[in-house]
Amino acid sequence: MISAADLEAAIRAAIPVIHLEIEDTSNGCGENYAVFVVSEAFEGKNTLARHRFINEVLKGQIAQMHAFSQKTLTPAQYQAHLAKQAA
Amino acid sequence: MFRTALRTSFTALRAPARVPATALVSPQLAFTRRYITQEARAKIQQAVESTPVVLFMKGTPDAPQCGFSRAAVQVLGIHGVPEEKMKTFDVLEDSELRQSIKEFSDWPTIPQLYVNGEFVGGCDILLSMHQSGELDDLLVKSGVIPPEEPETTTQTQN
Repeated sequence: MISAADLEAAIRAAIPVIHLEIEDTSNGCGENYAVFVVSEAFEGKNTLARHRFINEVLKGQIAQMHAFSQKTLTPAQYQAHLAKQAA
Repeated sequence: MFRTALRTSFTALRAPARVPATALVSPQLAFTRRYITQEARAKIQQAVESTPVVLFMKGTPDAPQCGFSRAAVQVLGIHGVPEEKMKTFDVLEDSELRQSIKEFSDWPTIPQLYVNGEFVGGCDILLSMHQSGELDDLLVKSGVIPPEEPETTTQTQN
């Protein structure tokens, strides 16, 4: 079983993180996760490149999961996202 | 010559108990594994080039077996991808495909979408491209769907 703490540690070790949300979408079973990562490491990368990058960072963990989804934003995109939510 | 090679690999496989662990990565077995992957690789390559839109999913469009696969099918449906331009593969029906498509695409999850032979992404990417309009652009540019008709007035004409 993978814990959210494992995922967080792996992500933080790989890239600078502005904001991070990790959700166990398997109701506590540790099998399905959704992550939301905001990092300047994503600057200049299109969505596919960002997702492949995170797939690589979490390669071992994802291989053990039943499902994995991710949302990746740069700091600037995150600010825009927050502004839209506040509106 | 062929028979000798066959006998050798059979011998390697037949007596695993007497074979030390290091021999499990012997050249013969490693070659066998690579060979299977190459054939599967060629099959997938051909599949993604044969039809403009190819979706590897769990279940079928009429009976998806997973929420992510269902979402992917629905999104493509919303964009009106015609049946003859799309093909889906059910990885639950083919366990070799289920594993080999992950190696082929270097992508760990299902569903996986290919457009004109190029990997586009999984469900997350598809949904965000749908929301941003990027998916529509891609499908139009790839000749899968016609560009949107300019808005016409609803006056009837004789």
